[in-house]
Amino acid sequence: MERNKRQRQRKVLLMGRSGAGKSSMRSIIFSNYVAKDVRRLGATVDVEHSNIKFMGNLMLNLWDCGGQDSFVESYLTNQRSHVFGSVAVMIFVFDISSKEVESDMHSFAMTIRALHEHSMNSKIFVLVHKMDLVPPEQKATVFQQRAVDVRSTCVDEGFAEQQVEFWATSIWDQSLYKAWTQVVYFLVPNATAIEGMLRRLADLLDARELILYERTTCLVVTHITRESEGQNPYTDRFERISSILKTHKHSMAKHTGTMTSEVSFAEMQIKTGDFMFFIVSFTENTNLAVVMPGDEAAFNAARVNVQLARREFNHLDIVEPSGKEAQRQQ
Amino acid sequence: NAPRAHYSRRKGNPKVLFMGLRRSGKSSIQKVVFQKLSPADTLFLESTTRIETASMQSFVTFESAEVPSQLSAIAPDFDHRAAFSSAGAVIWILDVQDEFLTSISEMIQTAVFLAENYPRVNFEVFIHKTDGLSDEYKNETFREVRQRVQDELSDLGHGDRSVSYFQTSIFDHSVFEAMSKVVQKLLPQLPAMEALLNKLCSTCRIQKAYLFDTVSKIYVATDASPTFLKDYEVCSDYVDVIVDIKQIYGWHSQEGDGKAASETSQEDGGIGESMVTYDNSGDTYIYAREINDYLSLICVMGKGSSTAKRVLIDYNVSILHDALLQVFRV
Ligand SMILES: Nc1nc2c(ncn2[C@@H]2O[C@H](COP(=O)(O)OP(=O)(O)OP(=O)(O)O)[C@@H](O)[C@H]2O)c(=O)[nH]1
Ligand SMILES: Nc1nc2c(ncn2[C@@H]2O[C@H](COP(=O)(O)OP(=O)(O)O)[C@@H](O)[C@H]2O)c(=O)[nH]1
Ligand SMILES: [Mg+2]
Repeated sequence: MERNKRQRQRKVLLMGRSGAGKSSMRSIIFSNYVAKDVRRLGATVDVEHSNIKFMGNLMLNLWDCGGQDSFVESYLTNQRSHVFGSVAVMIFVFDISSKEVESDMHSFAMTIRALHEHSMNSKIFVLVHKMDLVPPEQKATVFQQRAVDVRSTCVDEGFAEQQVEFWATSIWDQSLYKAWTQVVYFLVPNATAIEGMLRRLADLLDARELILYERTTCLVVTHITRESEGQNPYTDRFERISSILKTHKHSMAKHTGTMTSEVSFAEMQIKTGDFMFFIVSFTENTNLAVVMPGDEAAFNAARVNVQLARREFNHLDIVEPSGKEAQRQQ
Repeated sequence: NAPRAHYSRRKGNPKVLFMGLRRSGKSSIQKVVFQKLSPADTLFLESTTRIETASMQSFVTFESAEVPSQLSAIAPDFDHRAAFSSAGAVIWILDVQDEFLTSISEMIQTAVFLAENYPRVNFEVFIHKTDGLSDEYKNETFREVRQRVQDELSDLGHGDRSVSYFQTSIFDHSVFEAMSKVVQKLLPQLPAMEALLNKLCSTCRIQKAYLFDTVSKIYVATDASPTFLKDYEVCSDYVDVIVDIKQIYGWHSQEGDGKAASETSQEDGGIGESMVTYDNSGDTYIYAREINDYLSLICVMGKGSSTAKRVLIDYNVSILHDALLQVFRV
């Protein structure tokens, strides 16, 4: 049991120079801050560890590494193997508005050199951050240019191209959710098993789309899209829904005077002649959004069937089949 | 506030004028409220040098115009007839984060000019950019500005002139709530709408009901119970959720002939696209229903209003729905 638990821990490094926006995004995604509140955060001193439970049993061991030069110096020297050992994912944040591009790149190069030494199989997510500060017409070129530069640095240090992914982000829009959804999808170990079960449920309901998302972060774990919904022109809808639901949570919390982390709705329904939509709490750590055609009878049947399916899905939070027992004993 | 008899006499579309010193936030407010610009993007706005108009199509057409700061209302070359004769309200924007004595003296000149030449134009003051200020400072400044303006108007013999004051910021709901109150005074349908909402609230034990302009999230009427910003906020956020989800999954009809279909059914007095939504978080439960393409009814149901009463509510809301369509037919 102890061993199982440890296997479910994945170490995630969050790095980037001081002021890049690391703590801001961590607070928004995992601690229910709203974008305009992050100005109140102080600078991160040394490393802030947080153990984040995601989907119940996946423990994200997040190391938010303070970006001031003296700390970075110490990660690269006496703490080197401690910080860079057994890393599953490194998220590196670039402040695109920074004037010190050269020294940002240098600091990045030193960091991934250390990473390659101690965790050569790790995945790197590069977030080109504060994109809201780039005028709209320059966004694409600015992002591309940075991606090209950073990728060549990674390759120089010995990483394969497919080990590195790039995402443009800002705390002011849903791009932040898009990037973090990719990180989480990479880390959730049983994603394909979940998808298989969800697909069967979607077929049973004759649903247009199912979206399973994690309750506290509102990050999308996975989704099933069927038939004509595949042509939905809003390809960014999953991260948009994360962002909509997170905002909604804040809004309800504010209204009821509770903590955002405690808000959980029993059900939300939106019915139109064209489609019907509902969200219910599904397993202990997930909510499920269901999109149905605009048909009252099918909608009601779907609500019942989702309730019935919950039992079957309850063990989906568990990584390995043997983990079932562990869960029961807790 | 201005006497009720005013409302029905005004002809044409409700029109508001934004005035105030340079960089006080006139363009930002106009663009955020009427054109859905995201507040963060106002950073890129350039100074306005000509009268800039905007309009918003709803059940009536709302019109607005920004008067550039270098155009003084009392300057001889200013065509005040063109600007003021069709206006329902002048909104003076005062930047509290700036030195505001100059703004107050210009405001007084404008208010006096209006009182003498266009007495039927409402005069409203937005004490603006209150985000990031402490509550204490905010309230103190608010009182100070109001006192000064009131004193000076009295000294000039216009103490009877009614002026409304609002604390606003484009970064929260306050500017929308303030615009709602300004716009409502310009709607001849207001008393009828209020009466219908009062009736609905007492029949169904609804805590608070708002009739929203769906696109702008200005509320065009509410029932007579006390208004709290937090009720408006949660309802307004909920309108966002519905609009976003409808956009994401309503693409089937947006592309095809669905639009035409909903218009015809509305002419029959039927419900174009009905929507019932509820959400349950702690004690609060929100119910939303589309009235037509432009208006949505959003209700906060208080403690103890169980979902079992949905049938009663549905029934009464459809009565309200039909009555409202009557109000707008004339
Ligand atoms: N903090 C804060 N800043 C605001 C707010 N509203 C507007 N601003 C900022 O104020 C600046 C000036 O806004 P504008 O809307 O261009 O001002 P304006 O009154 O139209 O200025 P002119 O056209 O030059 O007369 C912009 O940088 C806005 O982002 C607010 O509510 N809070
Ligand atoms: N414009 C903009 N500012 C951001 C964004 N993300 C973070 N910031 C700001 O950047 C500053 C530094 O952020 P912080 O999270 O403390 O950086 P850290 O040192 O990397 O942890 C704060 O003032 C944030 O408000 C963003 O996406 N856009
Ligand atoms: Mg302007």
